[in-house]
Amino acid sequence: MTHLELTQVAIEFPTPKGAFKALENVNLKIQKGEFVSLIGHSGCGKSTVLNIVAGLYKATTGGVILDGREVDEPGPERAVVFQNHSLLPWLTAYQNVELAVKTLFKGKKTKAEIKEWIEHNLTLVHMDHAMHKRPDEISGGMKQRVGIARALAMQPKVLLMDEPFGALDALTRAHLQDSVMEIHAHLGNTVIMITHDVDEAVLLSDRIVMMTNGPAATIGEILQVNLPRPRDRLVLAEDPHYNHCRGEVLKFLYERQRRPGEAATATKKPDAVVTPLPERPQLRIVA
Amino acid sequence: MTSFLYDNFTALLRNFGVPLIGIAVFLVIWHVIAARIETSLGVMPGPVQVGQQFLNLVAEHQAERTKAAEFYQRQQERNAKMLAENPGAEVKTRSYTGRPTFFDQVLTSLITVMTGFVLAALIAIPIGIVAGLSHTLYSALNPLIQLFKQVSPLAWLPIVTILVSALYVSDDPLLEKSFITSAITVLLCCLWPTLINTSVGVANINKDLLNVSKVLRLSWLTHVRKIVLPSAIPMIFTGLRLSLGIAWMVLIAAEMLAQNPGLGKFVWDEFQNGSSNSLGRIMVAVIAIGLIGFALDRGMLSLQRAVSWDKSSALR
Ligand SMILES: Nc1ncnc2c1ncn2[C@@H]1O[C@H](COP(=O)(O)OP(=O)(O)OP(=O)(O)O)[C@@H](O)[C@H]1O
Ligand SMILES: [Mg+2]
Repeated sequence: MTHLELTQVAIEFPTPKGAFKALENVNLKIQKGEFVSLIGHSGCGKSTVLNIVAGLYKATTGGVILDGREVDEPGPERAVVFQNHSLLPWLTAYQNVELAVKTLFKGKKTKAEIKEWIEHNLTLVHMDHAMHKRPDEISGGMKQRVGIARALAMQPKVLLMDEPFGALDALTRAHLQDSVMEIHAHLGNTVIMITHDVDEAVLLSDRIVMMTNGPAATIGEILQVNLPRPRDRLVLAEDPHYNHCRGEVLKFLYERQRRPGEAATATKKPDAVVTPLPERPQLRIVA
Repeated sequence: MTSFLYDNFTALLRNFGVPLIGIAVFLVIWHVIAARIETSLGVMPGPVQVGQQFLNLVAEHQAERTKAAEFYQRQQERNAKMLAENPGAEVKTRSYTGRPTFFDQVLTSLITVMTGFVLAALIAIPIGIVAGLSHTLYSALNPLIQLFKQVSPLAWLPIVTILVSALYVSDDPLLEKSFITSAITVLLCCLWPTLINTSVGVANINKDLLNVSKVLRLSWLTHVRKIVLPSAIPMIFTGLRLSLGIAWMVLIAAEMLAQNPGLGKFVWDEFQNGSSNSLGRIMVAVIAIGLIGFALDRGMLSLQRAVSWDKSSALR
């Protein structure tokens, strides 16, 4: 039996100018423990797909089935790591995770177990040294880590991540990618991750789902990444299959799904477009 | 090193020197102009005369306190004597009913304003939260809020006075009618800013935080306590500070118009009294009203700082 299944998903948003059809005919089957990434141009509907799986949006037609049950509302078994971390700014890292853990495990875990579980998850993302700092006292990468720890602490069946490393500099991003691979290897969660970064998609995923441009976006192609795990980014740089996968995704994005108005000149180096300009690492005084 | 000293010096000058100069200039202008204005109650008092009137008011207050103490002393002695002559005698204890002094009036005003304000906050914050959470309720309440927030305290006062007289009938009233009338008028006028700001603060909570709450399936109460309230705290306090400012202004007007005890009545009585000291005493009251209003606002600000999680946000 399929673990997670999207069948004929379509969604229309009401707008002042009439209904806007964002997605159409989205069909996808995901196995337990699989790492799937969604890639596509900005505005094509990746977040919308994720939100439908999360239960935050309701599909107009079609639906999502997780372990034989239809998804009709948000819930902790489909934990979300939001694009901009969404930590509660008035709580420390520890308290942010605590809110989730206390809500879900009240009566099931003792006080000591709850504390241990919170600390365990923060350690998993290497945040144990700054657990008692508030979001405005830690860097962007650290906030994302806490967001991931909060999601993991819910012990979700499916972990949904919306461009989790989008706003981070290249170095921090590489660190977090390694952390996520480590955690995925360790826990074996099913993961759906949205990304803009082709290298990230190939490095992390078992399958890459490429979406066509909207309106009425759908799945254009699915690419299987048959690279053995654990994966090492330095070794892979020379790997023919890695480069083949990379090439396939780039071809899809820049030949077949060129954005309207975007010139298809051969001189344009795709890499320069794909990898967002690395932001300067945030320097903060956290005294 | 020299530049460090220099920076400190300029900061000191800016923080204390400049405001002091402003006040001094104001006093001088007041002094010069006042001496040239002839009113029906004599020459308009300048800063010096107002200062003297303040000292007079302090002296009157102390005199009144002494009289009260003497009154109680005499009463106690009389009762003791009666009990000594006849142990079964019924002794009466009366409370002293002297004229309220300026400082008594200030205290009355403060108690009244805080009563009205606290009641208004207790009503406005919960309604504001519920209205902010429910679009339907907000749409239902909004026209009423927009309508009533425009109403001046002077228009509420007659209605409140008549309703209080009709509804608050008791032979041995615990609270005076005039106190209740003033407090309710204050309440009706200062309800709105808190109500509006709370509901706007609640309605504009970051959508991502709402999604976090949905994914965790927080119960309604936990949702309000853990997500809604902390998010809305800055806006709630903005509303509360506006409300308290309005409450204080409204109270003075209500006391003047309705002859309810308090600072407003003090001003009105002095105005009716029309002695040569009256104008000076009114000016003392005006300055006191300003200072108390300022202190109330600073108090709210400190409270906001104490409960706000966002210490970095500029609060002024
Ligand atoms: N709540 C909504 N109401 C109306 N239109 C919406 C809504 N949410 C999304 N859309 C529209 O649906 C389309 C897809 O949006 P979505 O956010 O899923 O894109 P995306 O692929 O995640 O983009 P990005 O990579 O920039 O995050 C867009 O055209 C967007 O304008
Ligand atoms: Mg998106």
